[in-house]
Amino acid sequence: MNANQNEPLLRVEGVSKSFAAAEKGHVNVLEGISLELKAGEIVAILGKSGCGKSTLLRLMCGLIPPSSGEVRYRGKRVTGPMPGISMVFQTFALFPWLTVLQNVELGLEAQGIEPAERRRRASEAIDMIGLGGFESAYPKELSGGMRQRVGFARALVVNPDILLMDEAFSALDVPTSETLRNDLLDLWIERQIPTQAILMVSHSIEETLLMADRIIVLDSSPGRVKADIGVTLKHPRDRESLAFRQMVERIYSVMTTAIVPSEAEQAKAARVGIGHRLPGVTVAQMTGVLEEINQPAAIGSAELPELAEAMQMEIDDLFPILDALELLGFAKVSGRQITLTRHGRGFVEADIQRRKLIFGERLLEHLPLAGHIRRVLAERPSQTAPEQRFLRELEDYLSEEEAERVLAVMIDWGRYAELFAYDYNSGILSTGQPEEESGP
Amino acid sequence: MRLVIPGQAVRETMGLPNRWDFLVMPLVLAALFGLAWGTHQMAAPYSLGQPLPVSLDPSNLPQYALRTTLRMAAAMGLSLLFTFSYASLAAKSERAAVVLIPLLDVLQSVPILGFLSITVTGFILLFPGSLMGPEAAAIFAIFTSQAWNMAFSYYYSLRMIPAELYQVSHLFQLSAWQRFWKLEVPFAMPNLVWNTMMSVSGGWFFVVASEAISVSGHNIMLPGIGSYIALAIQAKDLAAIGYAILTMFVVIVLYDQLIFRPVIAWSDKFKFELSQAEEVPSSLVLTLMQRTRLLRMLLTLPRLLWEISLKLFRHVPAKPLPRLGIRMSRRDQRLLDKVWVFGLVAAATLGGLTLARFVLSEVSYGEIGRVFLLGLATAARVFVLILLATLFWVPIGVWIGLRPKWAQRAQPIVLFLSAFPANLLFPLAVLCISTYRLNVNIWVSPLMILGTQWYILFNVIAGAAAIPNDLREAAANLGLNRWLAWRRLLLPAIFPSYVTGGLTASGGAWNASVVSEVVNWGTTTLTATGIGAYIAQQTTRGDYPRIALGIAVMSLYVIILNRSIWKTLYRYAQERLRLD
Repeated sequence: MNANQNEPLLRVEGVSKSFAAAEKGHVNVLEGISLELKAGEIVAILGKSGCGKSTLLRLMCGLIPPSSGEVRYRGKRVTGPMPGISMVFQTFALFPWLTVLQNVELGLEAQGIEPAERRRRASEAIDMIGLGGFESAYPKELSGGMRQRVGFARALVVNPDILLMDEAFSALDVPTSETLRNDLLDLWIERQIPTQAILMVSHSIEETLLMADRIIVLDSSPGRVKADIGVTLKHPRDRESLAFRQMVERIYSVMTTAIVPSEAEQAKAARVGIGHRLPGVTVAQMTGVLEEINQPAAIGSAELPELAEAMQMEIDDLFPILDALELLGFAKVSGRQITLTRHGRGFVEADIQRRKLIFGERLLEHLPLAGHIRRVLAERPSQTAPEQRFLRELEDYLSEEEAERVLAVMIDWGRYAELFAYDYNSGILSTGQPEEESGP
Repeated sequence: MRLVIPGQAVRETMGLPNRWDFLVMPLVLAALFGLAWGTHQMAAPYSLGQPLPVSLDPSNLPQYALRTTLRMAAAMGLSLLFTFSYASLAAKSERAAVVLIPLLDVLQSVPILGFLSITVTGFILLFPGSLMGPEAAAIFAIFTSQAWNMAFSYYYSLRMIPAELYQVSHLFQLSAWQRFWKLEVPFAMPNLVWNTMMSVSGGWFFVVASEAISVSGHNIMLPGIGSYIALAIQAKDLAAIGYAILTMFVVIVLYDQLIFRPVIAWSDKFKFELSQAEEVPSSLVLTLMQRTRLLRMLLTLPRLLWEISLKLFRHVPAKPLPRLGIRMSRRDQRLLDKVWVFGLVAAATLGGLTLARFVLSEVSYGEIGRVFLLGLATAARVFVLILLATLFWVPIGVWIGLRPKWAQRAQPIVLFLSAFPANLLFPLAVLCISTYRLNVNIWVSPLMILGTQWYILFNVIAGAAAIPNDLREAAANLGLNRWLAWRRLLLPAIFPSYVTGGLTASGGAWNASVVSEVVNWGTTTLTATGIGAYIAQQTTRGDYPRIALGIAVMSLYVIILNRSIWKTLYRYAQERLRLD
């Protein structure tokens, strides 16, 4: 098969990725992902946290190998990093001991380009991205936005076909990311960079809508392609326009809707077992969202886009909280609407002590793990149990890391509800309050 | 030692010499000349038994100081080579790490000075008829005092490198060579430099101790300050001792000003932080060097070498890192692990049996028991001394640390004191003990900790200085009284750094026991009861099975104490008392 005009630049075919877990073999992070990236388009991958979008990006540039399926770049199988694919990192990933110029030169040096040529190209890239004059500065002398510009210059100087962006703007404040995004779009639209296609991973619906020609929504655990939505809005896009708002609402609906609603709903109810992956949110976050929905104007239900805006949250922050609220039966999400349940209203209208009581009841009713811990503690004469006991059980279902995270969330919730106590030093769970520690 | 030079890239480097150049040029030339002369002397012909001309004439002292320093430099070069190869291997292969890391741990606990007499014979055989033999043995002794903690530091640094930086170097297809110099070494630099400099500071003690060696009845005295002082002790020449101390003082001041501080200040830019620190270490000498045009021109040399190396090594893309790479099938992996572990166990057993046979061929079980008791005596000594040093230095260190102005001034002084080889002061102590007829077993003991107590003080100062101001203000605001403030704030806050200092001090004290439990002044020999004295005596006698026994028992004590006490304290401190 020869690479011709119609051949997509990058093609992902049935890619799955799993990581080893303790007992039960492995955990699937991505499952059967197929997508194409064509010349001339910006594609965004959107998904909740933990849907494997960053993993997918790393598979595409050959940083990690897929468990099954394959990635093809211009018809050739990707087995490792290659010069045509470049990436910008969320954390910038600059080398702090190198100057701006040296950071940008890094990739050219690896390609064995002569020093003079290297310097010329790096200087051009630095000028283009608007960093001229800062060549000899060290990253620590720069602000966040400037650092990410270095990241862009470093990625673009090697003249990549494909530019991957791993949440490239999410570590920046709002005005800074806005400026940087616009500058990048200008370079792209005016064809000042030889880059053929951009693939970005993001957790901001607005950001993807401002940039992308196509949005691919991923479902989580395991990550699967849920929808592929074309965006036909013209640049520059106006986020206040009706068409834009409608797109935002449409994407919210897609994200909250399960692929086959009824079946998935049933599966969900059945799935909440001991090893359920509890979302890592705090009680305070849940309370905050519940209080927002329960405002007199909102009368117990809210539109997700408005809720996100009011609470200044991106989907990465918002969706885990929604998951937790649904899990505990405090709220119901359908379409892009969230509605308080009877318990949710009761909780939010109660005082601090009463809230703890209600929260505890919900935990015991909806989370098998909470009840399980209570039972084990009660059965033991000492009324205590080491955390390892529960970790080992969780590791039957989850990876070691994930088991620890889930138990930590459970302990946090359980402590709030005063279902059980936990002693950090000994790692022991107990029914009562921990004894006063005896000095350092 | 300059590695990657990410200096002012675009600034012009050509031009007429400026006034700094006239200052630095003679220094550079003198250094080059000295280096050439010293290395030439090292290779002079020599056969065992032939006395080396060491004289007490003070005019020889500059020459001796130079040769002592060269030994130190050679050992440091070796230690760096060792560090880069050993630690890289350990960090990149889990299977290798299983052996290499515990091995380092053990090597760190072995009393270096006890080894000297064994290694020196080997090195003499290796370089027959040349002074290189004993020189190599001395350098090896210094090497063993430096290499392990440097390797440890590099190993831990490699493992701390953020995954994203590795991904960048992988994504842009850096070769292993590029990755080494652009990512791994720079990332490890601050820690490695700090550990190297601390090792060198500690090394002065060993260089002094290892120059005058006795091998099976023969005294080898390598020209150097250590031999000079050994000779002065034999001749009971108090004035010569004074000269030696003075010379060493000058050497350490030069080392501190010309090397230690500039290098520490320079390494600061490699710190992996993206915020600018308010106070950065500074060094007058470094500033001087950075402003001297001539030296700046010299810096283009490494850059040139770098470009050449890129040509030579082009282009072998680095293999994916183990954590990213494709793994073997689990069954193969497990089988290989088993074979590996089996091999290790077999080798260890074989080694243990050989050693046991070697020792038992000469030594009775009763004596082995006695050696363990001697070890107990030394352990008691170390314990009491650490306790006393703690009671003495912790309050002082906290007092200084809480006053930033004082801390800033005190820290360089303490570092200087820790670098000064305490064994130069031993003769003075012997003189006191024999003049006033003091109890040898008690009064020899402080010598062990003379040089290493500074680690406790230094770390306590650092710990106290790092207490966040918020916490101190909160404590004052809550009206904590003096006792409560110590118990709830100061002691917990300094504890992690105290443990680091205490661990170093205790290790150093064990090592020093070999030279401090037997001390001489002319024909007077003061011997304390302890395992250090035992090893020293057997070394003089050339009784290898007993030396082996002594070393093995001492290592055992050190390892067990480190594991059971210091590591436990360390873990406790890390888990509970970290201020972040």
